[in-house]
Amino acid sequence: MSNIVTISNLSFKRGERSIFDNVNIVIPQGKITTIMGPSGTGKTTLLKLIGAQLRPNQGSVIFDGEDVHQLSRNALYRARRKMGMLFQSGALFTNLSVFDNIAFPLLEHTNLSKRMVRDLVLMKLEAVGLRGAESLMPNELSGGMARRVALARAIALDPKIIMYDEPFTGQDPITMGVLIKLIKMLNDSLSITSVLVSHDVQEAASISDYIYLLSGGKVIGEGTPKDLFVSDQPEVKQFMLGLPDGPVPFHYPSKDFKTELLGAVS
Amino acid sequence: MARQRIIEICVGIFMILGILALVFLAFKVSGLTTYSYANSYKITADFQNIGDLKVRAPVTMAGVKVGQITDIQLDPETYAAIVTMRIDRQDLIPIDSTANIYTAGLIGSNYVSITPGFSNQFLKSGDVLQRTNQAMILQDVIGQLLYSLKGGDSDNDTSQQQAANGSAN
Amino acid sequence: MEVVAKLGRFGILVCERIGISGIILFRSLIRKPDFKHGFPALIEQIYAEGFLSLVIIIVSGMFIGMVVGLQGYNTLNKFGADQALGQLLALSVVRELGPVVTALLFAGRAGSALTAEIGLMKATEQLSGMEMIAVDPLHRVIAPRLWGGFISMPILAMIFSMVAIYGGYFVAVQWLGLDAGSFWSNMQAAVDFDIDTLNGIIKSIVFGFVITWIAVFQGYECVPTSEGIGRATTKTVVYSSLAILGLDFVLTTMMLGGW
Repeated sequence: MSNIVTISNLSFKRGERSIFDNVNIVIPQGKITTIMGPSGTGKTTLLKLIGAQLRPNQGSVIFDGEDVHQLSRNALYRARRKMGMLFQSGALFTNLSVFDNIAFPLLEHTNLSKRMVRDLVLMKLEAVGLRGAESLMPNELSGGMARRVALARAIALDPKIIMYDEPFTGQDPITMGVLIKLIKMLNDSLSITSVLVSHDVQEAASISDYIYLLSGGKVIGEGTPKDLFVSDQPEVKQFMLGLPDGPVPFHYPSKDFKTELLGAVS
Repeated sequence: MARQRIIEICVGIFMILGILALVFLAFKVSGLTTYSYANSYKITADFQNIGDLKVRAPVTMAGVKVGQITDIQLDPETYAAIVTMRIDRQDLIPIDSTANIYTAGLIGSNYVSITPGFSNQFLKSGDVLQRTNQAMILQDVIGQLLYSLKGGDSDNDTSQQQAANGSAN
Repeated sequence: MEVVAKLGRFGILVCERIGISGIILFRSLIRKPDFKHGFPALIEQIYAEGFLSLVIIIVSGMFIGMVVGLQGYNTLNKFGADQALGQLLALSVVRELGPVVTALLFAGRAGSALTAEIGLMKATEQLSGMEMIAVDPLHRVIAPRLWGGFISMPILAMIFSMVAIYGGYFVAVQWLGLDAGSFWSNMQAAVDFDIDTLNGIIKSIVFGFVITWIAVFQGYECVPTSEGIGRATTKTVVYSSLAILGLDFVLTTMMLGGW
């Protein structure tokens, strides 16, 4: 099984703060790989680094045999046609209808006839179960529907890989179920590689083939969901089981409570 | 696509308004004429002094505009100003006409006024108007006036003589 | 020492921003034209920036023309020179008021809307999303907005001038009873197309370029939060207004000096 994305020795700093420190991740083709970690560990940043929207301070990201950060502008845009990305907010174009949103990448990158574009758009909409919503505007959609439309747009060009940025956040259980089903279905039926960024352990674990656990800019654990749930590593255990206290302390780093209280008196 | 159509129509209206405005500014405000110059021709005249005359100033006969100044050059040999003017009507100016430079009002701009002669022959394209009177320069007029007033007051032959000498110089 | 360092930091920051804005402008405009997608987008932008600004331009032009007519008449009348009202009105409108007032209104109406729109697209990840669909937002979003502004602004300025002169005409001739013939003929004698009208149009082209550039840059480089968008919108109006007034002086000096 070949790897479609290979991230090696990746370091990224935002100002003085180090987001990633020498991270190595490989994403195998045709599988669902999930990157998990507490909020603020830069999971979204990782996706932007793969899409070359951000430049790393060090290290490389090989996508489909090419280092995306070494590519020229034109070559990068060509490489991006093979990627689909589902943003947390959906990132639908608010001035275009659902139909036009999904037709947008097709009209930009292909010379298909109007009829062909229409058929393709309807197929994609059917795949996400929203064929009836083609004429709605994005502001008329619920959050879950917007994400499904965005998903239809992301698969419009039949990409090799889809990156999902927190697809389950803030969704009701039904929508979550729909999204899980969709991700699994797209991965299996279209043999698209999926990269999930999430911190919803149960949902992500239920569909993932392989999980990377990020914390503090490093990979602290990796393996199949089963392996991770039974892991003895305290950091992994705390995150997977959602324990309130552990290696990641309950308290934000501060001075000793007693001295601070007494210090205020004196 | 109905919205697209409305937008296109609005932009069309906008463009038409813009062209309308440009035409208005060009012709109604700036006085750029559409008059075809097919019948017009150019003549020149040499003036000793053109005062404040500018290119585009009108050329008139009896107060009616018949053309305009298109070019003003200095003749480096005679130190005269060569004024080229475009006349818009054929067979209008007799060859013995006189060109004068007048001022519109007391402080207005200068223009050329042509006083017609009596000849039956008319100026053709490229001809030179021979008889010209130079512009009346207000400062000179006032100067002369002051000298003559001074002479009138003093009742003295010598001072009048001096004044005459002064003006001759 | 701290003050000097602060000044230095500020200077570096300003240079950096100007550099970035130049790169954005360059990358948006310099490329092979794409009429299939570009043209409908351009039409849409001329509509949003030009047509939608028409109402404010026409109303302001009308009133400014009427006020200049009224004020000019009262002042000139004292010297018995009310015949010169046509030329006073036309010269002040065509040379100065037309381009400058239109530019200020354009910055407030279209410039701020541009910044807010692009800022919102950035905040809702639409620009990012477009990049990931492998469409450069500089080409698809920024370029048509720039061209739309460049085209709309001179047209608006000309419409403003026309309306203002008619406004003045209305007051002077219809209301105060000035002779219409002398109003127009004095105007035509005084206003020179090559010098006055054309220079006014050149000014409006320069202003349009600068305003749209500032507006687009502020939107594209804003902090993608609601507070950041608000601040960027304010900056657009302030910077554009200052740039207009400063440039107006520079351009007038150049034009009066015969370049």
